[in-house]
Amino acid sequence: MSKRDLLLEIGLEELPARFVTSSMEQLTDRIQKWLQEKAIEFGDVSAFSSPRRLAVLIKDVAESQRDINEEAKGPAKKIALDAQGNWSKAAIGFTRGQGVTVDDIFFKEIAGVEYVHVKKFIKGQPTFNLLNELNQIISSMTFPKNMRWANQELRFARPIKWIAALFGEEVIPFSLADVETGRITKGHRFLGEEISLSNALSYEEELKKQFVIVNPSERKALILEQLKQLEQENGWEIPVDGELLEEVTNLVEFPTALSGTFEEEFLELPEKVLITSMKEHQRYFPVKNASGELLPYFVTVRNGDDRNLKIVSKGNEKVLRARLSDASFFYKEDQKVEIETSLKKLESIVYHEELGTLAEKVSRVKQFTLDLSEALGMTSEEKEHAKRAAEISKFDLVTNMVYEFPELQGYMGERYARIKGEDEAVAAAVNEHYMPRHADDEVPPSIIGAVLSVAEKMDTISAFFSIGIIPSGSQDPYALRRQASGVVNILTAKKWRISVEELVEMAVSSLQKASIGSRDAEEVRNDILQFLKARVKHLLAEEGIRYDIADALLENQLGTLSSLVERAQVLESRKQDPDFKGNLEALSRVINLASKAEDTYQINEAKFENDFERALYNKFQSVSEIYGTLSTEAEKFNSLVSLKSEIEDFFEHTMVMSEDPGLRKNRLALLKAISGYIRQFAEMNKIIVS
Amino acid sequence: MNIQNMILTLQKHWSDQGCILMQAYDVEKGAGTMSPYTFLRAIGPEPWNVAYVEPSRRPADGRYGENPNRLYQHHQFQVIMKPSPDNIQEIYLDSLKALGINPLDHDIRFVEDNWENPSLGCAGLGWEVWLDGMEITQFTYFQQVGGLECKPVSVEITYGIERLASYIQEKENVFDLEWTEGFTVRDIFMQPEYEHSKYTFETSDADMLFQLFTMYEKEAQRQMEEGLVHPAYDYVLKCSHVFNLLDARGAISVTERTGYIARCRNMARKIARTFYEEREKLGFPILKQKGEFINE
Repeated sequence: MSKRDLLLEIGLEELPARFVTSSMEQLTDRIQKWLQEKAIEFGDVSAFSSPRRLAVLIKDVAESQRDINEEAKGPAKKIALDAQGNWSKAAIGFTRGQGVTVDDIFFKEIAGVEYVHVKKFIKGQPTFNLLNELNQIISSMTFPKNMRWANQELRFARPIKWIAALFGEEVIPFSLADVETGRITKGHRFLGEEISLSNALSYEEELKKQFVIVNPSERKALILEQLKQLEQENGWEIPVDGELLEEVTNLVEFPTALSGTFEEEFLELPEKVLITSMKEHQRYFPVKNASGELLPYFVTVRNGDDRNLKIVSKGNEKVLRARLSDASFFYKEDQKVEIETSLKKLESIVYHEELGTLAEKVSRVKQFTLDLSEALGMTSEEKEHAKRAAEISKFDLVTNMVYEFPELQGYMGERYARIKGEDEAVAAAVNEHYMPRHADDEVPPSIIGAVLSVAEKMDTISAFFSIGIIPSGSQDPYALRRQASGVVNILTAKKWRISVEELVEMAVSSLQKASIGSRDAEEVRNDILQFLKARVKHLLAEEGIRYDIADALLENQLGTLSSLVERAQVLESRKQDPDFKGNLEALSRVINLASKAEDTYQINEAKFENDFERALYNKFQSVSEIYGTLSTEAEKFNSLVSLKSEIEDFFEHTMVMSEDPGLRKNRLALLKAISGYIRQFAEMNKIIVS
Repeated sequence: MNIQNMILTLQKHWSDQGCILMQAYDVEKGAGTMSPYTFLRAIGPEPWNVAYVEPSRRPADGRYGENPNRLYQHHQFQVIMKPSPDNIQEIYLDSLKALGINPLDHDIRFVEDNWENPSLGCAGLGWEVWLDGMEITQFTYFQQVGGLECKPVSVEITYGIERLASYIQEKENVFDLEWTEGFTVRDIFMQPEYEHSKYTFETSDADMLFQLFTMYEKEAQRQMEEGLVHPAYDYVLKCSHVFNLLDARGAISVTERTGYIARCRNMARKIARTFYEEREKLGFPILKQKGEFINE
């Protein structure tokens, strides 16, 4: 069957850079799915994009849909024919539904019953006649933000300027938002011209002649190559930030990298201030020397060719100079302000309508930090530092620099604190208390930073929970999940001997003391525990722990997280052992039967009837004596499974549910005591063994 | 090119595009968008094409004339076209050419920038236009004004005159810019910059300003009840300016701040609705005049 190439290009006013790649993928996906649905065969698919266009080129698209040739099964023969042997309504209805007549019916036996069947043949439509459905494909696209323009009803990322739609050499006719399709595409806004495409296949090459590199990976590679060249010419290192490269790639159709310089005195600014000014505000690549120090240069990527690069560079230098002058003004002004003055300002900043001011939050966090330092048995010097760090943890929020660059919170705090003569440990903790800042970030290196970070995050989580702001689905405006993950990661990494339950209790009672929140404290406590449990579950999944093992550990109290994770790892690593199944079955049996025991009954040795009861009891005694002294979870697991043969013998030779209530209660009490130890490790009976 | 010639050039350019050339509106305001020629006229189905220079007061940006980039009062050249023309980007780029900026010699880019003015219930999507890395223009398709959906959509183009001039005249300090032959920005604006900064940060009477806010607010509401949109709106503008003065003075705590903004917004929303209703009562006269067909 003959084939043609299909090209669809949507010409747009400049798309937001952050939409370009995902929109290109979306368009490509939608068209492919549509072709598949329509049973139209096709070959290679290429996706193109630039700030001014989204395009898809699909090679070797079939001239028509596949013919459909199939058998359809209808009602059983006895329903299809009435007593007189005439076709019933059911049979007639079935054939009508299939677009055939009763004359087409034949019977076929399925599992001993005869059913009505028909052969269907549907001739495939010419593809060209169906292609105007591309219209709906375009108009149903979704974007993070949509807009309307002029008198149009359509919502799209930016106004549509032209649509090139070709099936081979033929234009696919349709119109959208008053734009008629055609074979016209436009070159670079300033360097190129309008072109009339003779066929779909020539798209990429024709555009290149008009200064549009429409293949985004080619554009990206070109930028990288130009950066490399600047590095070589000048002996620079240009660290390439992937996100920035992606953004810059989607801001230009024809990239030309060029460099500029700024006054050396600005290098006195903290590195992140310089980098943020260049990267976030201007989309420049900062330049370093071989030993990783910033140099007074930057690289920008122009949307155009290499004419008059000096003018472009000069203009950019002027902008950066103004920005850096501002930054260095802020830096100097901020240093003139005493920390205590800034702290005073926090009293008039509302943290959240229902949660009071920032100063009030800081005061809660400080108390929390003290309680936690106490519980962790920190030294008195550490406690002093933690207390001071908590006090000043938010002072930088009212500095000019953080007002200008909110992403530098903590980072500026650390620097200003050091300048103001705070202890090194205190200064570092001011920055560390925001860690981990994102999923891949590290936990705070110092204990002081870690304690403050946990206190701050637990306060945030419990404060929002106490006023009913609880993340659900995709709704998590205060990023509470990220904060909870931060707490979980710190507790695990630092191996603190404090249980999650104790921590939550501290948080909830701290809020109660501050009279925050109107919800019932017990409910809040449970909600927070469930919320943290979900983060622990997530952590276990990331550690590669099988879900049933994770569930067995999450069934009870979370306790100390490092221990929980270690127990999970022990079970995970043992699950393939040949004796794992037997061990687990023995331990699970104990748990299952122990659930029938009465709460208060004490084991009475005198009531043991057979040697197997005594043997199990004695073995259990020796395990329980040393259990608490074992330092690793692996040893604990070993000591539990060392009960296996005694457990098996016991069950084989002892009727636990004896009719004699005295015997029964005594045996159940023994099992219950053992079960207590097993369940402390994990709810073993929840683990699937095969 | 000096500032005066820039303004003349832009006026000629947009006048040729069918814009009515207006003069600045005579009530203090923080941005050209707040002029009734934009805020009110962007509402409803009537076509509207205007261009005007708007002196914009930003009390908090006052720097006693000492900062080379910041001003208590700067100038915006504001263009509104409703409905937004299909070739508006090209028309805009032609205006840069008219100012002597040849796109081939520069790097001109449209970088995403969505605009929102919660105190007026406004939102729009568009770009900041970069000239060799410098933001010289805000380019916005209004989606919502005064809480009302825009139908049709207006496009707003706002040139920062001093910014653009500092590029064209290659000056590092805004006060060195030539306004017209023999006159610099310094000659004309240095004294008011200094005095307004001193007033804003040191000598303004906060108690009086608080009283004014309340009085203006009451008057705006009273006029609104009479269906007198324009006098009511003037008082909302006055409220907004007084609020900016108080805010710059540090007289408004963060908690109160939200409250004041909400008060301005509520008035602006009410005025937007009233304006629409009043125009509707008049039968949207400009629409009829122009015989334009508007999709409902």
